[in-house]
Amino acid sequence: MNLTLKVWRQANAEAKGKIETYPIADVSPDMSFLEMMDVLNEQLIGQGIDPIAFDHDCREGICGMCSMFINGEAHGPDRLVTTCQLHMRKFKDGDTITIEPFRAQAFPVIKDLTVDRSAFDRVQQAGGFVSVNTSGNTQDANSIPIDKHDADKAFDAAACIGCGACVATCKNASAMLFVSAKVSQYALLPQGKVEATDRVMNMVKQMDEEGFGNCTNTGACEVECPKGISLENIARMNREYLYASLKG
Amino acid sequence: MALESKIPKGPLSDKWTNHKSNINLVSPANKRAIDVIVVGSGLAGASASATLAELGYNVKTFCFQDSPRRAHSIAAQGGINAAKNYQGDGDSTYRLFYDTIKGGDYRSRESNVHRLAEVSTNIIDQCVAQGVPFARDYGGLLDNRSFGGVLVSRTFYAKGQTGQQLLLGAYSAMNRQIGRGKIKMYNRHEMMDLVVVDGKARGIITRNLVDGKIERHGAHAVVIASGGYGNVFFLSTNAMGSNVSAGWKIHKKGAHFANPCYTQIHPTCIPVSGEHQSKLTLMSESLRNDGRIWVPKNIEDVKAIREGKLKPTEIAEENRDYYLERRYPAFGNLVPRDVASRAAKERCDAGFGVNKTGEAVYLDFAAAIIRYGSEQAHVKGLDENDTALVKKLGQEVVRAKYGNLFQMYEKIVDQNPYETPMMIYPAVHYTMGGVWVDYNLMTSIPGCYAIGEANFSDHGANRLGASALMQGLADGYFVLPYTIGDYLADDIRTGKIDTNHPEFEKAEAAVKAKLDRFINTKGRNTVDYYHRKLGKIMWDKCGMSRNAEGLKEAISEIKALREDFYENVNVPGTTSEFNEQLAKAGRVADFLELGELFAKDALERSESCGGHFREESQTPEGEALRNDKDFTFVSAWEYKGEPSKAKLHKEELNYEEIEVKTRSYK
Amino acid sequence: MLLRVYALILLYKLNTMSLISSTIGRKVAMALSGLFLVVFLTQHFTINFISVFSEDTFNEISHFMGNNPLVQFLLQPILIFGVIFHFLMGFILEMQNRKSRAVQYSMYKGGANAPWVSRNMIWSGAVVLSFLGLHFYDFWFPEMNYKYLEVLPLDPNRYYEEMTHKFHDHLRVILYIVSFGFLALHLYHGFASSFQSMGVNNKYSPSIKKFAISFSVVIPLGFIFIALFHHINSL
Repeated sequence: MNLTLKVWRQANAEAKGKIETYPIADVSPDMSFLEMMDVLNEQLIGQGIDPIAFDHDCREGICGMCSMFINGEAHGPDRLVTTCQLHMRKFKDGDTITIEPFRAQAFPVIKDLTVDRSAFDRVQQAGGFVSVNTSGNTQDANSIPIDKHDADKAFDAAACIGCGACVATCKNASAMLFVSAKVSQYALLPQGKVEATDRVMNMVKQMDEEGFGNCTNTGACEVECPKGISLENIARMNREYLYASLKG
Repeated sequence: MALESKIPKGPLSDKWTNHKSNINLVSPANKRAIDVIVVGSGLAGASASATLAELGYNVKTFCFQDSPRRAHSIAAQGGINAAKNYQGDGDSTYRLFYDTIKGGDYRSRESNVHRLAEVSTNIIDQCVAQGVPFARDYGGLLDNRSFGGVLVSRTFYAKGQTGQQLLLGAYSAMNRQIGRGKIKMYNRHEMMDLVVVDGKARGIITRNLVDGKIERHGAHAVVIASGGYGNVFFLSTNAMGSNVSAGWKIHKKGAHFANPCYTQIHPTCIPVSGEHQSKLTLMSESLRNDGRIWVPKNIEDVKAIREGKLKPTEIAEENRDYYLERRYPAFGNLVPRDVASRAAKERCDAGFGVNKTGEAVYLDFAAAIIRYGSEQAHVKGLDENDTALVKKLGQEVVRAKYGNLFQMYEKIVDQNPYETPMMIYPAVHYTMGGVWVDYNLMTSIPGCYAIGEANFSDHGANRLGASALMQGLADGYFVLPYTIGDYLADDIRTGKIDTNHPEFEKAEAAVKAKLDRFINTKGRNTVDYYHRKLGKIMWDKCGMSRNAEGLKEAISEIKALREDFYENVNVPGTTSEFNEQLAKAGRVADFLELGELFAKDALERSESCGGHFREESQTPEGEALRNDKDFTFVSAWEYKGEPSKAKLHKEELNYEEIEVKTRSYK
Repeated sequence: MLLRVYALILLYKLNTMSLISSTIGRKVAMALSGLFLVVFLTQHFTINFISVFSEDTFNEISHFMGNNPLVQFLLQPILIFGVIFHFLMGFILEMQNRKSRAVQYSMYKGGANAPWVSRNMIWSGAVVLSFLGLHFYDFWFPEMNYKYLEVLPLDPNRYYEEMTHKFHDHLRVILYIVSFGFLALHLYHGFASSFQSMGVNNKYSPSIKKFAISFSVVIPLGFIFIALFHHINSL
């Protein structure tokens, strides 16, 4: 199929960006979206145009590095997929596709479609861990039984890949879904409960300092999340935070 | 330089304990004055960084991705082995050790593998304490499953995302130390070279991938944890950025590279769909527990399928060739990875491949669906003869077990695997070879270490399922942080490493010159053009089946391709900006050298073992034939100016504890 | 009542700690003030609805509400504070949210993943606020003037008459109906979502949501009915 791509080009963080239009021909429906971008880049290099910079790595939907806002939606029109697993069969011959970087104050553009998501790392560094040394001399793994339902819920929350689609999608650029996934994972496990109070306070504080917006419960994040992380986690974080605040 | 493996004396099962008690330690006060660099943030790199920082060292960790959490360990699906024996099925440290040695086709170092089996149990304890959400049963205890050709259930898992959960666990341990200021994390930084001062590793040169700045970083020790080099094949299950560069740079500075030809080709991957393909996606090996692998018996059926005139479901049972069950009645579809992969290739080479490229076989769940369905109907007291009902019930069971994999398959291939058999084909997955290390995980450069997939140590010629995660975390959490002290104990009076030393200047100048050369070549072919070409040579001539003639051709073809690369590559942009093509050019340049050494190593080893199959060395039935008399050694290559001149050192493998046998899965 | 106590404790907490300055603290504050206004709305609706059945009872209750010191000097200020707080906080949050994405997308399909009402609370809220201005102009200012500025004599029977008088005007009734429509939209998202904000998301949530949605439809419809009822009666 033949497509018209409208792509955000921005030379570096300081430069002013704009949308450029590129035609691309003979796109196979079996290509992934990123493979289509590879083909476009080969074409651009041939024409002496700087290839489009975009983040990507595992290309199997788990590393969370790819990050495009395609036709007005994070990771494009398909559900429960990252951009690397979005296939061109979701588009029609003759389509115009608009591709922009994930936009948020906390995610500054590095170049073209590449953004800096280190704010997420800093939120995790503020408390996204269990303070246990890696000595290997902890108690036996089976010494604390954990309710299967809680363990499963903790897993579901822990499945977050940190791609930032929640922030990119949210009309307020809020990072609540991301932060709440980590808060929930640990809040649901006995190992994490011990320092739950400090964790939620510190992580939320860092999240706010990074300049993410507020949650207004639109639920867009849950819909666009490639791993289907539930809004239930945000409610749990609110609960944890309230409890931690009142506990003082 | 002679190879000294530094294996401790004494009985096998006491070696590690005794060694730990006898090696030198660094006092807490002195650790504060010692810097350690870790390159890579996967399971091995992240766990090592976290532990080293906890112990008190100042750690600098580097990764080329935008966050340490992206490292490709995250993509491991199946699970992690540990000799916990929670299922009471007779597992033990010894059995895990034995299975790993046997799985590696008797080409790994006994002492290292035993140590791996010993610390395996600590890994599970540690990860649970860190809040890794492993699968549990209804009693709240940890669940296990059986994996790839072993007789016990010792694999711990977190759905099909075990690697992700373990990596995020190590990442969280690292985050804690970053928050405390004990680890300084450098994201989007690529290691460009190792700096060796007076024979010791003293730092690295890096390039900041965002602005192109070349930086110098000094340290008392350098740890390479940069993963495997499967991307030398262009198409593999590795991430797009996975590369050999860190390992290759230290090789060129004096570290021996061991067994480069040992590559694992994983049997259950989604087949190539066309020329545009950029990578291959793995489907967990656990699928073979229930899926039956087959191709049509008659070549006419194959033709009809390729032309779209026949559907696989329309082929009668008697016209299907379940070739694994036919050839290996004892293990059937559960033979080890190397055996299953070669069998698929054999059928496709004979013309029975079932997709348009002729490189795919069927993995069929129809029988499993009926089996589970009848079982469920029986349990629920429903009509077992109602085929629609049985099918529905069976599909539910299969969905519960493999739902995420089936969904992934459907997203990529656009076919419903509940209704029609999956198509699979082998793909390059893991490289057992890597930087040569001694028992302390130190390379042949003093002060330079290699851990995880980047080293060669534990998997011999073939890795068993669910062992890679185990090795990465064992090296990082429990081995390296202690053994490194033995070396650093002599370094407590060294003081800060001076990055103005002439060696740093020299290394930096060389890095800059190389980058400028890429930019200034202004040739006609893109970097990917060369990478694809290299991949094709590797796959055709150094892939699942190798012979002397092909390997010789590969050596000369890769050499010619490399020369052409330096003459005609086109790297756009400048060195001082975010330039993905430039970063890729550096990686492909290293693959173009490694590829040649790979072929040379494969040529030298004229036996078949594990993932390395030499057509000249096979039984009359076409099975791999090992030559223990002449090849029970590790091939460690020393760099001598270019790959073709590399010098071979042999580390003899002595098996004290176990008897070397022929692997048989018949 | 319990809610009000909760709100007071919270306000106290707000002063003693930085809860109010955090994103989660603010959304909880939004939820609590919103819920408080929902309670007030219910009470307001109940009294108004009585006017449909009985002029006397309506006058009686109105007189009580208008002259009871507890209502006038405690509840009324709290209510006014609640309204202002809810509005100001909503405005502050909106400003902050806009700041968190300074460069806008050129193409943004908000409708693909979230309902219109949830994305436009600031607009539905603004309409309701403007309506409040009209409503104060119609009833509250004259009332304050009557009681506290001109200090006219008590008249327990004036309320019904004053109210029905206002609903004579076509334009006013249309404005009221439109505003109630926006109130419904505002409540449709706000009421159910306030529970999520306060951390309630469990097996009862689907039922809570159903109730909240019914409330958000029924109460504004009821107000519309009352307005139309008195309008038609006055013709």
